[in-house]
Amino acid sequence: MTKLHLPIYLDYASTTPADKRVAQKIFEHLTLEGNFGNPASRSHAYGWTAEEAIEEARAHIANLVNCDPREIVFTSGATESDNLAIKGVAHFYKSKGRHIITSKIEHKAVLDPCRQLEREGFSVTYLDPNEFGIITSDQVAEAIQEDTILISIMHINNELGTLNDIKGIGSLARSKDIFFHVDAAQSTGKVAIDLKQLEVDLMSFSAHKTYGPKGVGALFVSRKPRVRLEAQIHGGGHERGMRSGTLPTHQIVGMGEAFRLAKLEMESDNLRIAKLHQKLLNGIQRIEEVYFNGDLKHKVPNILNVSFAYIEGESLMMALKDIAVSSGSACTSASLEPSYVLRALGRKDELAHSSIRFSIGRFTTEEEVDYTVSILDQAVSRLRELSPLWEMYLDGVDLDSVEWQAT
Amino acid sequence: MAYSKKVVDKFENTIKEPEKFNVGRFDPKELNVGTGMVGAPACGDVMKLQIKCEPKGNTHVIKDVKFKTYGCGSAIASSSELVEMLIGKTLEEAKEIKNKDIAAALELPSIKIHCSVLAEDSIKKAIEDYESKQ
Repeated sequence: MTKLHLPIYLDYASTTPADKRVAQKIFEHLTLEGNFGNPASRSHAYGWTAEEAIEEARAHIANLVNCDPREIVFTSGATESDNLAIKGVAHFYKSKGRHIITSKIEHKAVLDPCRQLEREGFSVTYLDPNEFGIITSDQVAEAIQEDTILISIMHINNELGTLNDIKGIGSLARSKDIFFHVDAAQSTGKVAIDLKQLEVDLMSFSAHKTYGPKGVGALFVSRKPRVRLEAQIHGGGHERGMRSGTLPTHQIVGMGEAFRLAKLEMESDNLRIAKLHQKLLNGIQRIEEVYFNGDLKHKVPNILNVSFAYIEGESLMMALKDIAVSSGSACTSASLEPSYVLRALGRKDELAHSSIRFSIGRFTTEEEVDYTVSILDQAVSRLRELSPLWEMYLDGVDLDSVEWQAT
Repeated sequence: MAYSKKVVDKFENTIKEPEKFNVGRFDPKELNVGTGMVGAPACGDVMKLQIKCEPKGNTHVIKDVKFKTYGCGSAIASSSELVEMLIGKTLEEAKEIKNKDIAAALELPSIKIHCSVLAEDSIKKAIEDYESKQ
């Protein structure tokens, strides 16, 4: 058994380490000896070879999601892609309509631009997910109005790992002539995406969730049917005017290499991750009073979100200092509200406070999962011994009947 | 958020050796026991503090304390810190303990001050309960 590297990293949905092959590729595009030129320089070979590297990367990205490379616009990450898609469509087509449909479980990179558009006079419908964290096409259909111009629904939810029916929502949107944007930051390398089949107009990607570098992403902008966007960043007209700014060659080739590897290794990665997921799930299921958040049957295996009743998530993370995970507890963030995603599922606040998200990836080992399960069991029992709520539960007290003295 | 070493140590020691750090419970019906429970599960923290006292002169002295806390690391550390401050104090002295004493002892970050407020409330409620029984 190899020595464990502590803390064990089980937060791949937050970010992934870059694959070593990606890091090598990045390094080759930085120094004087490498391919460091400005891809927009037309007057010399440094520029031409940099441009070639960019176009090769663009082709790898297009190949992973089966679209035309000309439909890929590079950005600084999925947050910028979401902003460009949502604000870009809304601003360009505002004379056509001012209504947008999205959901309450979107990433802030979708919700905050929508809030901004509301301030600009647009109206936004925020759909509630069902109890499993899924947005259905029926719900979307009911929310459509005469002046709806855009639907933005995420593919895989980052907290739950649940999958939305983007095929169904896509055909609905297309039949009504409404643009459809999908935040797919969590999807690449996890599930196959075929943009020639899907009726999606805009799709956001991130490099650093797929073993690429941080600070780079892409937006798929459909050519047929054609989608037009109002640029959000001006200054030179790069990326066919949709996103100005010198292309960061090293980051883009890193993303290209990461997506090339994702295409090659998705199947074997997923098989291994599914086995590790099952092992983690079996281990957690042996603990009393645990609740899985989201739909176990309709989610990706790399994310597992669990509520450990009667203990608070942040204290559990502190007790699990040898494991790097994230929590839906409010105490982990500056806000005092627990995860808005779990609340949107209708989970009670105390279960939202008790949640931990485990996310596994390409470099997770069986030993790491075994170790996690073993210390998890111990940490949960210790914190429950300390919990007045666990004591009340064991005494048969109905916590809902207690009059709490909140301060 | 980075916690002070004091919070981390207090938290870890408390969960590792709960008995030594006064985790547990007294029978709340006993006349010499005062119980205070504050907070709410929906807010992410609940503290239960119990004091066992005996009369001394014209006042009462806290002889033993037990607590249980559901909450974040600093909530657990705050209760544990408070418990240490209480043993051997008269009720009058205990009433003088303020949240800022706990916050200062643990170097709590400002966003976690409410944990020390909750701890102060728990001792107030426990004394109230004890006094109502006398």
